[in-house]
Amino acid sequence: MSGEPLLRVEGLRMHFFTKAGVVKAVDDVSLALDRGRVLGLVGESGSGKSMTGYSILGLVDAPGRIVSGRIVLNGVDLATLDAAAWRRLRGNRVAMIFQDPMMTLNPVLRIDTQMVEAVLAHHDVSRESALERCREVLGRVGIASPDERLRAYPHHFSGGMRQRVAIAIALINKPDLIIADEPTTALDVTIQGQILFEMQKLCRESGAGLIWITHDLSVIAGLADEVCVMYAGRIVESGTVDDVLSHPMHPYTRGLLDSIPARNVPGRPLAQIPGMTPALLGLGPACAFRERCSRAIESCAVAPAESRPAPGRALRCFNPAA
Amino acid sequence: MLAFAIRRFGQSLFVLVLMSFLVFIGVFAIGNPIELLVNPQADEIERARATAALGLDRPILEQYGTFLKRASAGDLGSSFVFNVPAIQLILDKLPATLELAFAAMVLAILIGIPLGLVAGLRPQSWLGRGIMAGSILGFSLPTFWVGLVLIMVFSVHLGWLPPNGRGETVAVLGIPVSFLTLDGLAHLAMPALNLALFKLSLLIRLTRASTREASLQDYVKFARAKGLGPGRVIGIHILKNILIPIVTVIGLELGSVIAFAIITESIFAWPGTGKLLIDSINQLDRPVIVAYLLVIVTIFIFINFVVDVLYSVLDPRVRLGAAAGAH
Amino acid sequence: MSVVAREGAEAPAVAPQAESPLRRFAAEFAESRLALLGLAMLAVIIALAIAAPWVSPQNPYDLAQLDVMDSKLAPGEPSSTTGKPYWLGTDDQGRDMLSGIFYGIRISLFVGVTSTVVALAIGLTIGMVAAYFGGMVDAVIMRIADIQLSFPAILIALVLLAVLGQGVDKIIISLVAVQWAYYARTVRSAALVERQKEYVEAAQVLALSRTRIVLRHLLPNCLPPLIVVATVQVAHAIQLEAALSFLGLGLPITEPSIGLLISNGFQYLLSGKYWISFYPGVALLLTIVAINLVADQLRDILNPRLKR
Repeated sequence: MSGEPLLRVEGLRMHFFTKAGVVKAVDDVSLALDRGRVLGLVGESGSGKSMTGYSILGLVDAPGRIVSGRIVLNGVDLATLDAAAWRRLRGNRVAMIFQDPMMTLNPVLRIDTQMVEAVLAHHDVSRESALERCREVLGRVGIASPDERLRAYPHHFSGGMRQRVAIAIALINKPDLIIADEPTTALDVTIQGQILFEMQKLCRESGAGLIWITHDLSVIAGLADEVCVMYAGRIVESGTVDDVLSHPMHPYTRGLLDSIPARNVPGRPLAQIPGMTPALLGLGPACAFRERCSRAIESCAVAPAESRPAPGRALRCFNPAA
Repeated sequence: MLAFAIRRFGQSLFVLVLMSFLVFIGVFAIGNPIELLVNPQADEIERARATAALGLDRPILEQYGTFLKRASAGDLGSSFVFNVPAIQLILDKLPATLELAFAAMVLAILIGIPLGLVAGLRPQSWLGRGIMAGSILGFSLPTFWVGLVLIMVFSVHLGWLPPNGRGETVAVLGIPVSFLTLDGLAHLAMPALNLALFKLSLLIRLTRASTREASLQDYVKFARAKGLGPGRVIGIHILKNILIPIVTVIGLELGSVIAFAIITESIFAWPGTGKLLIDSINQLDRPVIVAYLLVIVTIFIFINFVVDVLYSVLDPRVRLGAAAGAH
Repeated sequence: MSVVAREGAEAPAVAPQAESPLRRFAAEFAESRLALLGLAMLAVIIALAIAAPWVSPQNPYDLAQLDVMDSKLAPGEPSSTTGKPYWLGTDDQGRDMLSGIFYGIRISLFVGVTSTVVALAIGLTIGMVAAYFGGMVDAVIMRIADIQLSFPAILIALVLLAVLGQGVDKIIISLVAVQWAYYARTVRSAALVERQKEYVEAAQVLALSRTRIVLRHLLPNCLPPLIVVATVQVAHAIQLEAALSFLGLGLPITEPSIGLLISNGFQYLLSGKYWISFYPGVALLLTIVAINLVADQLRDILNPRLKR
């Protein structure tokens, strides 16, 4: 797409300053997203993907802090925003969907309260017209008879329904950017498929950008246009989904792909990446994946910087698979 | 919902009867009340006559039966000392005690919850830590000693407030209340503050703990992600969640406040049931003791019952519980 | 495979020493300076209480040592016989307040700790029984405990004392009766949780005797919450005893606790002789604060939900 991307993150570093030491949750992350496109942010738990999402929304709490880097949304450098400007942004131009719908909806407030307040926080309209908007967006996420649902409490709903409500809340102010943090992980596989499909459709229709955070590569395959693979707080590989999935260069990406059960040749043992993800505390200067990498060489004693092996591709590896 | 209420009511009634039995046995069965009432120089015949007149020679269970029968008709015997119906004495003094208890509870809530909120939202700040340290002081202070200090400072030293008694009263619905007059307020101030101190500290700690727990929940993050201002996030999202346990505790503590009022009433010579009780204990005026205990027990059971029902009203998750089953 | 702060395995930045649980406990306790302050205060208070007969300038209950001429002297004024100053003044009988406080704290601590220990023992046993046998036994016991706990301690104690009369043993009985339910409930909850755990099943499978399971396996794991409750309860017991003595229903005049000292001085308050009531209260306050500071830190350390 031409022109300025919707979102540009450059060299983002977000660290947790704990009593035990500094945890580099997000370490030099750069990515870009255009309008109407879907970016998949893939990694295991602790890879920093959720933290990246929180950083974009400015929801990082002590002892975490953004240390350096730029986040530019719609041409605006988010570091220049004061508290009031952030509040105008959140839920309005940027929205987030969290993983566990059980806990993201306040259990003692009714659904309509929680939806209407999202509208009224950003638009000076009557409660009735806010409610109208709620009904409309609930219809878009596939919830029939919205009036009944609006008067209910969260615990009256199933997990899938609650997540739809959360998605509806995210969409209600027609944001430019939606960050979805593993929204289907806690749900049934069948519901998962439905929601994936609907999210994709909604984004295409509204032209919003979507960042989908997940640990599941197969979800990305069907949904995203671009993908960033994260490991130990760094993006180790990124590019278009077609590119990365058909020609993975980083050994970690390869390992992830190989370990997908559907890709396994029947009769052979499932491929695994040996070892475990490292503790982020006290991570050394070497490449974080070194201990588990079958292609590690001497240079890997120093963490690789980001390189551009091909247009639209980024990579952190000294010895990539060709 | 109705079934729940009825069941709880039935339980309450059972507890009431049980308590009345225990109280009766405890107070009447031990010791010999005849010694108090009869002239020490009375001879055997006098004693026997008095014993028969008061029914003290009957078997315990029969005495209890009579007692229960009369109690349900509202007759709890007459005070040995004042020779008026015991229940009358208690009910006369009850409004004063209740007024004191409510005033104390209101003070504790109005001061405790906001302070607890602040301490919970900014636990590491100076203010937050100061509030917590203050709360430890608050429930370590011996209530009766604080009362004395208050009198020392505000009555003796500064001469601002009267050290004892109840002020002018005004009748509301036939019940005398004193907080509607300036003089009444002046008399109410210190005792209410004294009584409130302990509960205040507890409330601060409870609110702080609940606030801390609530502010770490995902729904708070989600509310902020919606762009809601801190006023709404704290005032509605957090507050509504923490109010449920807090209201329950307040309800339960109300009974405790009425009991602790005994001490405060003694110090400030507040003419309530507490003072009456102490005097009765010292004078072995058993009917009054029994009447007091039964009235208090009834109040407690009633409060517990109301709190139980209130809890199910406040927490929407509990409401459906029995009726609709799991979702 | 959660990642953050999993020390030891991959990144030995600090060589870990084999720390005994006791040392770790002490280290965690020492993290709060307030708690250490409380502990220090407590140590001083307990030392003074134990050494009261030797440390007090005067034995305030030995009538031979009292001089009625010295009554109601303000703090610092000298004795008319020895010329030495009474540091905290004297009461209406010429008793040295400082000595009275030392002896008073002694009794208060004694009563508080004894009643707590006895209540702990009783409550522990009952709670374990309830947890282990479950079913009807459990339901009945817990119902009784719940009913008792729903009434304020002071009321129950008052009634018991009214019935039993005065005396150290009777106060202790009342305090025990008021407290046992806390321990029973705490132990029972902890034991129920432990009971579900696998090591109990394993022990049962090995056909170990019931007592052995309870004593060697369940009990040690129920201790942490008990310790917290017990510490707080000592403070409560002391406060309750002081309040009861103040009301004239607690300890008899022959064993005057702090509460009695305070109530003695009450009548002189309005005439400005505040020290008779004031200083004993300060002593009581310091004791309670010290215990609560320690208890707070213990609760933070031993609370499994707050485990860092």
